[in-house]
Amino acid sequence: MVSLQLNGEMVMLDHHGSLWWPAQRMLVVADMHLEKGSFFAAQGQMLPPYDSAATLAKLGALVTRLRPACLVALGDSFHDMRAGERLDPALRATLQAMASPLRMVWIAGNHDPHLPADLPGERSDVLAAGALTLRHEPQPGAQPGEVAGHLHPVAKVSNTKGRVRARAFISDGARLILPAFGAYAGGLSCRDNAISSLFPASAMTAYVCGRTRVFAVGEAQICL
Amino acid sequence: MPDELLPPRFAAWFSAQGWQPRTHQTALIDKHQAGRDTLLIAPTGAGKTLAGFLPTLVALADRPKRNDIRPMGIHTLYISPLKALAVDIARNLEKPIKDMALPIRVETRTGDTPASRRDRQRRQPPDILLTTPEQVALMVSSKDAESYFDSLERVIFDELHAVAPSKRGDLLALDFARLRKLSPRLLATGLSATVRDPAELCRWLVPQLPGSQTGADLVLAEKSIAAPPHIRILETGERLPWSGHTARHAADEIYAEIARHKLTLVFVNTRMQAELVFQQLWAVNEGGRRIALHHGSLSVAQRRKVEDAMAEGKLDAVVCTSTLDLGIDWGNVDLVINVGAPKGSSRLLQRIGRANHRLDEPSKALLVPSNRFEVLECRAAVDAAMAGEQDAVITRSGALDVLAQHVLGMACTAPFRADDLYDEVSSAAPYADLDRETFDAVLGFVATGGYALKAYERFAKIRRDTNGYWRAANGRVVQHYRMNVGTIVEASQLKVRFGRPRGQAFVGGRVLGEIEEYFAESMLPGDTFLFSGEILKYEGIHEDSVLVSRAAPKTDPKIPSYAGGKFPLSTHLAARVRTMLSTPASWGSLPAQVSDWLRLQQIKSTLPKAGEFLVETFPRGERHHLIAYPFEGRLAHQTLGMLLTRRMERAGLKPQGFVANDYALSIWGLGDVSARVSRNPRWLDELFAEDMLGDDLEEWLAESQLMKRTFRTCAVIAGLIERNFPGQQKKSRQVTMSTDLVYDVLRAHEPGHILLRAARADAATGLLDIARLGHMLTRIRGHIVHKPLARVSPLAVPLLLEIGREAVHGEAADDILAEAAGAMLAEASV
Repeated sequence: MVSLQLNGEMVMLDHHGSLWWPAQRMLVVADMHLEKGSFFAAQGQMLPPYDSAATLAKLGALVTRLRPACLVALGDSFHDMRAGERLDPALRATLQAMASPLRMVWIAGNHDPHLPADLPGERSDVLAAGALTLRHEPQPGAQPGEVAGHLHPVAKVSNTKGRVRARAFISDGARLILPAFGAYAGGLSCRDNAISSLFPASAMTAYVCGRTRVFAVGEAQICL
Repeated sequence: MPDELLPPRFAAWFSAQGWQPRTHQTALIDKHQAGRDTLLIAPTGAGKTLAGFLPTLVALADRPKRNDIRPMGIHTLYISPLKALAVDIARNLEKPIKDMALPIRVETRTGDTPASRRDRQRRQPPDILLTTPEQVALMVSSKDAESYFDSLERVIFDELHAVAPSKRGDLLALDFARLRKLSPRLLATGLSATVRDPAELCRWLVPQLPGSQTGADLVLAEKSIAAPPHIRILETGERLPWSGHTARHAADEIYAEIARHKLTLVFVNTRMQAELVFQQLWAVNEGGRRIALHHGSLSVAQRRKVEDAMAEGKLDAVVCTSTLDLGIDWGNVDLVINVGAPKGSSRLLQRIGRANHRLDEPSKALLVPSNRFEVLECRAAVDAAMAGEQDAVITRSGALDVLAQHVLGMACTAPFRADDLYDEVSSAAPYADLDRETFDAVLGFVATGGYALKAYERFAKIRRDTNGYWRAANGRVVQHYRMNVGTIVEASQLKVRFGRPRGQAFVGGRVLGEIEEYFAESMLPGDTFLFSGEILKYEGIHEDSVLVSRAAPKTDPKIPSYAGGKFPLSTHLAARVRTMLSTPASWGSLPAQVSDWLRLQQIKSTLPKAGEFLVETFPRGERHHLIAYPFEGRLAHQTLGMLLTRRMERAGLKPQGFVANDYALSIWGLGDVSARVSRNPRWLDELFAEDMLGDDLEEWLAESQLMKRTFRTCAVIAGLIERNFPGQQKKSRQVTMSTDLVYDVLRAHEPGHILLRAARADAATGLLDIARLGHMLTRIRGHIVHKPLARVSPLAVPLLLEIGREAVHGEAADDILAEAAGAMLAEASV
């Protein structure tokens, strides 16, 4: 994990794409897009039906290791409004077992403004804690303390050793965009205007998710 | 005299043109009348196309007039890999038909043909339809395919040598099998340039069924009519570069050749090379020659403009890529220049054939090697071309992703039984060895994805009814299939557009063309690059566009990571280069700069004798280098480098990176390889042992970007991912499905899945060239010659110069990121 001073709070960034806030014992993941595979299958593109299992296995491992008091799903947890119905019963049970012993907060996203009824936990549009404000979609303008998802940032790095495109946290120390956590959640280059325009010029750092750790990469090193 | 095969009307027409019918032209009429499938092999300019159509023209000349109430169907289907070629042929056919007043209607159908005209062609089929493989797939999968083709007598495959050894050829072979079923009388004619083994193409043309004709009859055009080409290698007056691919040193000499000729085609291997050479020629264009640029990334309109100007004689030279390799005569080309190495003798012959499309005059060609190794390769290519030698067409097993696409298409035209379709498919030559189990797996994939976890039954695209017939589940499946036909998968493209980002919006301007996303990914803000003959500065990215501005004049453009020739050195030329190295007596034909270099290598190190495989090791700076010279092409070398690096890591030699070109590869690291070999003389044999293609390969495939690119192509062709869907709007790239993610999940959960099998088969011959690597490892077993040196050898210099210029392929994601993180890592990490 890599630590980051975010609007005065110390948070840790994990290479799986999750945020760990030790002071609050809070674990945050964004954009899981559960059942994206079956959503595509219904349209005729038969993606491997293992994405929800893969995403929840990764989340489960983090919960087991960190034992959070509070787990926050930062929106777009489900790929579409019917995704909850399509979720395999065994996986639904896994999710329930994971969420029951702790404070579970579901932040609403644009893909899942209404969540499946039988899921344990609170529902909210925004969650304020300490000096941070957690919401799904980043708001325009300076937003000190905002933690958001929605944009699925990835960073592309190219140098003499080769090139990599990987999910990344993007921050300038004031606000933070989380990468998508879901197995099938695609990515948007953090060079894209939609992301870079949220930060003052030359102020953003990409915390890139490697295979074993997070690497802090300065803006000047990030390609298109 | 075979001329009696020619009806008087035709004989008279030939004399009126001042032509003698050629033996191979009348032979095709004879073969057709005898009911034989036929392959015609003829060089460019031998009247191949006319020969192909003569049997049809003769057969239809005396056919009773068309009955307008029930029009007759298509008699002859002509299929060309290039739509421009189909259009050009239609023009050429007009003349004999008009001159002889033949009652024959010819039409074309390509991707550009408007729907209204396709409808009319369906209601009133022409006698001859000229089309492309993708259109054939659409026609045989349509609802009325059966009635549309029931009177089809002939099918002509043009440029068969270029189409057959590809996925496009696989699809065409499957559609051909269906055409034979729809019209059992069907006779096939293949037209091909000279190939190494015609028997392969002869088999392709006939059904692979027990007891049937084993191959089409072969007709060869008379050899003597083609004058041998004049091919020279540029003996530069400048110093020959050790490495690099731009041939900058020869710009003046190339320009002088252009000035001496009417129209010169300057062929290069990649788009970036085209941009660079174009720029260099304009920099020395003091005579104001009209020099244009033509490559696949430029907008279609711009390419048409160049082609038209060429045909009208308004140009002096065109710098082009393989976009002009095949097909049409673009005016009076009197010189072909090939910059860089030709990579294969067949490609060289094809390009040379672009000059002087007349048989009585020799084609003129000039090869311009851009570095010393390329001199050897050019020499080998010229020797092979003069000997008329061709590269082998690789006999291939039909691709499974293509089969999946075809199976869906067949369900769209009419219900089928699995047994029947299996028999039909395995009658197509590429699929002759397809086993039933694999076929069923493909069928399962088409229906529901074919996963062990049965989650998608209710979404099935094709379903089997109680009588055992498979059919498309609904109209939407058919619509989606029709929008995604074809096997040509473009790399993800970004538009290049003038503009600047401004807040969340951007101010956008004209689109210049498209670049591959992976090329864009190597650029940093403020970088400049060459595109469309201009120097552009990268300003930002917005949705699917790279925003650029014109760079300040005289800016030196960054040369993007250049991957050598797009095509790897052919096996055949590689063998010739190895022979040349081991035969000092042959060096007389090389420029002095190059033969001196080889002699120096003999003194300082050694040159491998026939059958030997040279490995050099030496220290340089803080590092130890290992250099191997397989001459097996860049792709195989990259794979080899990746695998050797893993092994050396395990052996504790701390490798740090490697670089590969078409001829050799170098791995460097902190461990002393020379010392290791002196302790254990067998160590190099172990390092290069064939078992690296086992577990080491499997582990690496999990991460390999090349493997992911291969998988993406298979996923798109097989229909797992759709390129196009109805009502598609401009999407931000965020929502397009990433096949890399699908690959990771599938590989973790179902490594034996049919689509992964398809991708592995592709990797073997494609981007990873594992098959070639395997042959090499077998060849060198017990023949490794190790030369420990105190310092770099002359032969190794070109490769070492590429370090830093070429991306070093480590592909270990964390190493790349660690380097980028640099100093920041120390303070941020806990």
